[in-house]
Amino acid sequence: MAPVLEVSGLSTVFHTRTGTVRAVQDVSFSVEPGETMAVVGESGCGKTMMALSLMRLIPSPPGEITAGSVRVAGTDLLKLDEPTMRDMRGSQIAMIFQEPMTALNPLLTVGKQIAEMVTLHEKVSGRAAKERAVEMLHHVKIPEPRRRAGEYPHQMSGGMRQRAMIAMALACKPKVLIADEPTTALDVTIQAQVLDLIDDLRQELGTAVVLITHDLGVVAEVADRMIVMYAGRKVEEGTVAELFAHPRHPYLQGLLNSVPRVGQPKRLQEIAGTVPPLSNLPPGCAFAPRCPSAVAQCRDAIPPLDEKRPGHRAACWVT
Amino acid sequence: MLLEVNDLRKYFPGRGGFFGKTPDPVHAIDGVSFAIQEGKTLGLVGESGCGKSTVGRSILRLIEPTAGTIRFEGTDITRMPSKEMRNLRKRMQIVFQDPYSSLNPRRRAGDIVAEPLLVHGVENRTERRAKTQALFERVGLRAAQMDLYPHQFSGGQRQRISIARALALGPKLIVADEPVSALDVSVQAQVINLMMDLQEQEKLSYLFISHNLAVVEHVSHQVAVMYLGRIVEYAATKRIFERPLHPYTQALMAAVPMPDPANRRRKQHLGGDVPSPVNRPKGCHFHPRCPLAQERCRVEDPMPREVEAGHQVACHLV
Repeated sequence: MAPVLEVSGLSTVFHTRTGTVRAVQDVSFSVEPGETMAVVGESGCGKTMMALSLMRLIPSPPGEITAGSVRVAGTDLLKLDEPTMRDMRGSQIAMIFQEPMTALNPLLTVGKQIAEMVTLHEKVSGRAAKERAVEMLHHVKIPEPRRRAGEYPHQMSGGMRQRAMIAMALACKPKVLIADEPTTALDVTIQAQVLDLIDDLRQELGTAVVLITHDLGVVAEVADRMIVMYAGRKVEEGTVAELFAHPRHPYLQGLLNSVPRVGQPKRLQEIAGTVPPLSNLPPGCAFAPRCPSAVAQCRDAIPPLDEKRPGHRAACWVT
Repeated sequence: MLLEVNDLRKYFPGRGGFFGKTPDPVHAIDGVSFAIQEGKTLGLVGESGCGKSTVGRSILRLIEPTAGTIRFEGTDITRMPSKEMRNLRKRMQIVFQDPYSSLNPRRRAGDIVAEPLLVHGVENRTERRAKTQALFERVGLRAAQMDLYPHQFSGGQRQRISIARALALGPKLIVADEPVSALDVSVQAQVINLMMDLQEQEKLSYLFISHNLAVVEHVSHQVAVMYLGRIVEYAATKRIFERPLHPYTQALMAAVPMPDPANRRRKQHLGGDVPSPVNRPKGCHFHPRCPLAQERCRVEDPMPREVEAGHQVACHLV
């Protein structure tokens, strides 16, 4: 199948008083319809900035997308003027956030907000848009959708709000859904419900999902392929099954060995040190100062992304 | 037993009474009993609002419990006057979740760690400095970092400072309230390993409060699962993870995403929301979400029963 989202050479910088911060550097990937691509990394690795760049929601200034292209069904979003881009958001590419209140208006009922989204993108009557809102709430398994449509966000629980935000994001059946840590703020039993829901909708509507998370458990449960980001760069890429079985970058190896697993009690392997600030990256491989296998070359030059096994690429001089 | 908690209760006064009517109290903890042995860890798991943090704070009497007893090293401390209690706090300490808000940003890391020493009468400056330096080294920080301020440390290092401060007076028990939840995955392992090493060296006991089952399994000898102010299941770690008996414990374990794509399977997940302690369901609190609930569960509170040696479950159907 042809990919519906193609990101190529994306670079985003922030101009600050103390200099230029390279938040995203030369990131490329593609996602097919109905596929879930996970973007994995720790705080400060640039994964959220990458997501906001895809939506062209980077605050500018100080932010600036300096290179690359973001194609949705062939159209390069980075070349569109702002009004056209506004049409694309919601109808072609939509985003959900960790905290639903960043996307929901506290002063409007949930039903009204979803209906507004529909009337913005489609030529439908107000009544039809309202009907669609109720239908979407039903779709995301909110009980009593007609009554709930008349409620304000604060009247709903966290899990319910997350569903309402998903209903709004998917109301116009976008081709691409970007989910930025959609379950991080939720309890585990609610997280499981929301992940199931996103997965069902993906299958039903054929949406391509970009799932941004730091939780390797979530990745293993729902994603098909994954990219690993470290300090603004993609350092590893492949199918989830392949990367979990044969991680090649010492960073991913370290991450996989540092998470405790139910039923496997053994001493956890630590990764020394912490993620470097993006404003002060070491020359060469950004992971080298924390890497147990680093050699002199790692400190001098940035390693290229090489194919280590079929369909599995990693940026490491050593492994 | 180092710590014995019996039928602990904490009710907060309700808010927003209507027309002078006294509102119902919020039952944050509703009859919780457990014990911790010297050198062992009890993991307290549950979702938000289940009362696990309130239990941790009540034990240290940072919150005054409404009823029940807390015995520490054999002494009943539930109604101990605050002056004596202050002395006892040398032996029981707490580490909080957020290392960003639990350290005073205007004080140097060394002074933060030295403060308990000062409060509890180590008057000599050089002696304090030497002790602080030893504490820094014990938690994997360098003595040179004593003069830095909290913002100059990463999240994991700040949690090390919190742990050093908690260790300053040689405690027997540390209540650790979600100590690694705010940390990056790669840093979590450092702090967990440090806490386990310290336990071995100092014969420390932990009450380890967390929502993360995998972390709890890793660090605990015993586990208590809480739901809406009550312990629903309580057993040795190995037993509860191999054979969870309460439907809530089973659902909780099924909901944890496992970092193992080879074993991916679509599981039956629990419906409904975590209810609020303000408006608790009657009977078994879990019955509205329970796939097995029967008529009896809707009306009658299940009492914790020992179903096999050392394994307690509060469920009518087990």
